[in-house]
Amino acid sequence: MSIEYCMPSLGADMEAATLVEWKIKPGDIVKRGDVVAVVETDKGAIDIEIYESGCVERLLVAPDTRVLVGAPLALIAGEPAAATTSAVPTAPALEPESKPEPAPTVAPAMHGHVKISPAARTRAHALNIDIDKVHGSGPGGVVTLQDIESAATKPKPSASDSMKAVIAAAMARSKREIPHYYLSTDVDYSATMTWLTRRNAELPIEQRMLPIVPLLRAIVLALKTTPDFNGYFKDNTYKPSDAIHLGVAIAQRGGGLIVPALLDAQDQTLAQLTGNLRDLVNRVRAGRLNNRELSEGTITLTSLGDGGVDSLSPVIYPPQVAIIGAGTVRERAWASEGKIDARPVLTLSLAADHRVSNGRSGAQFLARIRDYLQAPEKL
Amino acid sequence: MSANDLQSTILRLLTDVAPDVDPASVQADVDFRDQFDFDSMDQLNFAIAIHKAFSIPIPEADYPKLASLKKCVDYVENKQRQ
Repeated sequence: MSIEYCMPSLGADMEAATLVEWKIKPGDIVKRGDVVAVVETDKGAIDIEIYESGCVERLLVAPDTRVLVGAPLALIAGEPAAATTSAVPTAPALEPESKPEPAPTVAPAMHGHVKISPAARTRAHALNIDIDKVHGSGPGGVVTLQDIESAATKPKPSASDSMKAVIAAAMARSKREIPHYYLSTDVDYSATMTWLTRRNAELPIEQRMLPIVPLLRAIVLALKTTPDFNGYFKDNTYKPSDAIHLGVAIAQRGGGLIVPALLDAQDQTLAQLTGNLRDLVNRVRAGRLNNRELSEGTITLTSLGDGGVDSLSPVIYPPQVAIIGAGTVRERAWASEGKIDARPVLTLSLAADHRVSNGRSGAQFLARIRDYLQAPEKL
Repeated sequence: MSANDLQSTILRLLTDVAPDVDPASVQADVDFRDQFDFDSMDQLNFAIAIHKAFSIPIPEADYPKLASLKKCVDYVENKQRQ
């Protein structure tokens, strides 16, 4: 009995992706969770995983082919030894990309024989230029950014533009469909910052923690007792999620924005969150994420801490039901017990879906996050 | 290591951390943050890379001393002389 392995969705507004590379061949044994292919999307090159275990029977799509979400990519025999041909449906005709160039990719191995600077590669990708055909004028024939700019004789829409279109569609849908409500609270961050400075001073540099990590952990702990903010709203029904896949909005140089999730954050210690966040950011920068990270986020944190703003009113990423905004941790006047002094303060905001939760539970959720941050040693 | 070698090594570490930055476009005197949206995670990754490449301890309070290419070259030279 054969199972069709289909192109997974990599986010609410993705319609298709281009197959770049197969990581499997007929006869290979695969198990659930294995990375089986690399596809190219508006969000960069994405590793896609398989959801079934079995034996690869046949690959239905060749590299450089654009494939719609849900269209079959390969046939997998459920039992490793039971490969048959009788149950195999005819592979549907899939349109190859109209342009003659090979599918562009940001994965370095794909053009290993061309010497090219990473920025030039990114630019070539954005401009949809075949780097094999670009003459390199740099030292040792390296293709430079200037070479790519020169090769771009006529303007084409860039990847950044199409990513902006995807973000625009998701945000417009969110504002059209989701009745947002907004709450915010100021958090005295002095306990967390003092604890963090002392802790980081004792640790080797690789294990030092950014101020956002205790916040990630506090959000996870608060979600365990306020489940109305972690899950999906689909088909007029809210489905809370037991797993906490915490999306983190990461800005890309050049104007893109990507929201991959820290998968199963509910089980992660501060040290694990530190390592996994760094790994996630590094893979965003290199353009290597996987499909689950892009499609399974259950709630999002967006931090503008590096942007210098005090607070923000974020837009929910559908089908999620809540997003938390964090401003800059900044020294401000803080009144407490009849006295005013200067303390590092973080303004946290919450935008949540009023079909699922209300101001009272939202206030409770924010208050719990705030309380956890007053005792960072217990996080 | 000459000042030039040092600078090109640091430039390579920078583009390892931020592969989307063109090394030819980096201005030595301007802070990375102001040139190409270097965020706090990039800054930490860059400090880790410098620490590993030159085997020098970098306390958290010194991160601002790595803010631009020139500052970074000066910092590593100073540390290596100590």
